[in-house]
Amino acid sequence: MSSSTDIEELKRGTELVKRGFAKMQKGGVIMDVVTREQARVAEDAGAVAVMSLEAVPADIRKRGGVARMADPGALTEIIDEVSIPVMGKCRIGHTTEAQILEATGADMIDESEVLTPADNDYHIEKEAFTSPFVCGARSLPEALRRIDEGAAMIRTKGEAGTGDVNQAVTHQRAIKSAIREIEGKTHEERERWAREHEAPAALVHDTAERGRLPVVNFAAGGIATPADAALMMSLGCDGIFVGSGIFGAEEPTAMGRAIVEAVNNWDDPERLAEIASDIGSGMKGQSNVQMADEDRLQDRGV
Amino acid sequence: MTLTAGVIAVQGDVSEHVAALERSATACGVDLTVQRVRTAGTVPSCDMLVLPGGESTTISDLLVTEKIASEIVGHVEAGNPLLATCAGLIVVSRDPRDERVHTLDCLDISVDRNAFGRQRDSFEAPLPIRGLERPFPAVFIRAPLIDSVGPSVEVLAAWEDRPVAVRSGSVVATSFHPELTHDSRLHELALFEQFS
Repeated sequence: MSSSTDIEELKRGTELVKRGFAKMQKGGVIMDVVTREQARVAEDAGAVAVMSLEAVPADIRKRGGVARMADPGALTEIIDEVSIPVMGKCRIGHTTEAQILEATGADMIDESEVLTPADNDYHIEKEAFTSPFVCGARSLPEALRRIDEGAAMIRTKGEAGTGDVNQAVTHQRAIKSAIREIEGKTHEERERWAREHEAPAALVHDTAERGRLPVVNFAAGGIATPADAALMMSLGCDGIFVGSGIFGAEEPTAMGRAIVEAVNNWDDPERLAEIASDIGSGMKGQSNVQMADEDRLQDRGV
Repeated sequence: MTLTAGVIAVQGDVSEHVAALERSATACGVDLTVQRVRTAGTVPSCDMLVLPGGESTTISDLLVTEKIASEIVGHVEAGNPLLATCAGLIVVSRDPRDERVHTLDCLDISVDRNAFGRQRDSFEAPLPIRGLERPFPAVFIRAPLIDSVGPSVEVLAAWEDRPVAVRSGSVVATSFHPELTHDSRLHELALFEQFS
């Protein structure tokens, strides 16, 4: 059969194609990796994608200094190593880093507060890109501002590199609670809510009608164990990012595999007990409840 | 008529398929219960199955771990309908030409994974499909292409002369995502024809 399809009508980088990519990640675990060897471990453990970066967030915290986009050559190596999607992180507002990631072949770009922000006032105009973006958020208005800029996926910010799930829980609860609040409002009350919270009104209505964010919503920031991942799924997340929690653990392969299985069995405590047994200890971490303001990454780019 | 559909839900765009099944059931006048299948034991009670899009390495791994793989093979061997999309198409294929994916070998095709390139090459386009009057809004996301088809396999659609939708017995597989649009004609064609 020969194709009579009109190639002229082929469209790339549409909202449907970008948001559709994020939907294919649902129910999955996206793992931070620094080297191609780590990428191989992540794919074998069952990751749905890997996030390439120069150092995992826990090491970025320890090291200090300016955190930037990773060497594009390292991204290329990881792309050659694995068959799953490869994502890359750029600094908030650093349009050129994002263009370089797209040119290198990154399947999704994370405009991330884990790196040092390049622009204090503006995020990247993400709609202009063919590649989809994921952005962090601590609240519903923040999530809707990022979606309005063109983000195809939202993740909680949490507090990256701490191994403490506390802030991811706080952010996910805040987003869910605000959605329940606007669902109960009239059209004019939502308009007012949008003005008061600096949220785009059209997206406030869209979210209230769907009863959920209009894009895929993952958990991120401080997830370190199978139990953490299952907890975030029980709070309504569509999937999980694990940063330092895999390669900061005693046995990365066992921990990665266990987190993947925990996401599929998040509502079955007996299975979770088996899954979480004999996998070595998790990353050491640091509690983020008492963290000094200047150490908090989540306040960057709101 | 009351029927049960199962959407394999270990990973991927499950809720989109649930919504598409519900739209199709309404259009076909069928009373449908939809189950999300994450563990063994549910598939044997399903009249029809969907294997969604997602990552084929992850899905195929979890199907084995959760002991769902052999249940799906049994469902197809009994002649019950199955729709597999994108990663699902890879998972049911005879040969994924990649040792990282353990396939179910219930569709006689070999597959070229991520044949279109990376996500920046993903696209949407109208696609003529055998059995449908108007072109279908097809969304290809890091999509596979079908390299070769066995003698029992009917090609329903092609992109630049390579098959992207096929049928063999009770199995329909597409390399694009019919669940991402509101057009439910492909779900109706794949799953409901034999019940109406």
